[in-house]
Amino acid sequence: MSLAILGTKLGMAQVFDENGYRVPVTVIAAGPCVVLQKKSADGRDGYDALKIGFGDVKPQRLTKPERGVFKKLDLSPKRVVREIRVSADELSRFEVGAELKADIFAAGDMIDVIGTSKGHGFTGPMKRHGFHGGSASHGTHEYFRHGGSIGTSAYPSRVFKGKKMAGQHGNSKVTVQNLKIFSVDAERNEIWVRGAVPGPNNRLVVIRSAVKKPKKG
Amino acid sequence: MKRLQHIDQQFCTKEIPRFRAGDTLRVHLKITEGDKERVQIFEGVCIKRHNDGVNSSFTVRKVSYNVGVERTFPLFSPRIVEIEVKTRGRVRRAKLYYLRERRGKKARIQELKAN
Repeated sequence: MSLAILGTKLGMAQVFDENGYRVPVTVIAAGPCVVLQKKSADGRDGYDALKIGFGDVKPQRLTKPERGVFKKLDLSPKRVVREIRVSADELSRFEVGAELKADIFAAGDMIDVIGTSKGHGFTGPMKRHGFHGGSASHGTHEYFRHGGSIGTSAYPSRVFKGKKMAGQHGNSKVTVQNLKIFSVDAERNEIWVRGAVPGPNNRLVVIRSAVKKPKKG
Repeated sequence: MKRLQHIDQQFCTKEIPRFRAGDTLRVHLKITEGDKERVQIFEGVCIKRHNDGVNSSFTVRKVSYNVGVERTFPLFSPRIVEIEVKTRGRVRRAKLYYLRERRGKKARIQELKAN
């Protein structure tokens, strides 16, 4: 199976599993997402995908062409529109206008969660890359949280690409692979994922079936 | 604002006796050894109670063979069979961390008189 759904991260909690042990879970309000378009490998698109919409929005927030898309399909306007790649047999299971709900996944499924991490702004190398900073004593003067040397002199006479330095930290796309679904609440459209998920509460996340096979054990 | 309240409602269904820091508790715990299950009792003074929905916990301290032992339990853990309140203590703080520095007679807690 390869499917995906859009959702909102609601927050983390601890719950008890069947053995009575505490488990950290992230609660994600997933879907319902509605299929807006089907792309198939046989057609002119050349690949299998579903275009899905998530979350309602006031019509006046969209442009006229965007509104037209939903009017044509006779659906309420959606805030987020994303394309998800699916396998051919999954594609045949859904028609335009069909709903994807949280119950496309089940407890125990392995998933990847894609989100946007919390933004930290322009951040120094200590926070951003875990550098140790300078010495606090031994006569150090105005060099406490610096990253140290960024390279040598005559050779190479430049700074190597990818050098870890200060800069924007967070607010970037992050994928966490092979998380396990703890449980699915179809009634509330909630997916409880074991472990943490990128981003702050109330931010959009994409849940898709795991791409990589998890390690055994 | 407290979010995810439905999780609290779902997991905080157990009957919990009234107790607070300073009380002497007997905590009946389910212990799994291999495939056998039995109940073990941990008895000591409650030095901390943290109230936060499912995240609620409490810490029990006892002195075993002259070594202070503290265990923190999730309040709503299904592994806790029973919490027995042996005595109620008269204390003036919510967190009794000061007991860690005391031993013997100084670590006593006066019993609360029933009124």
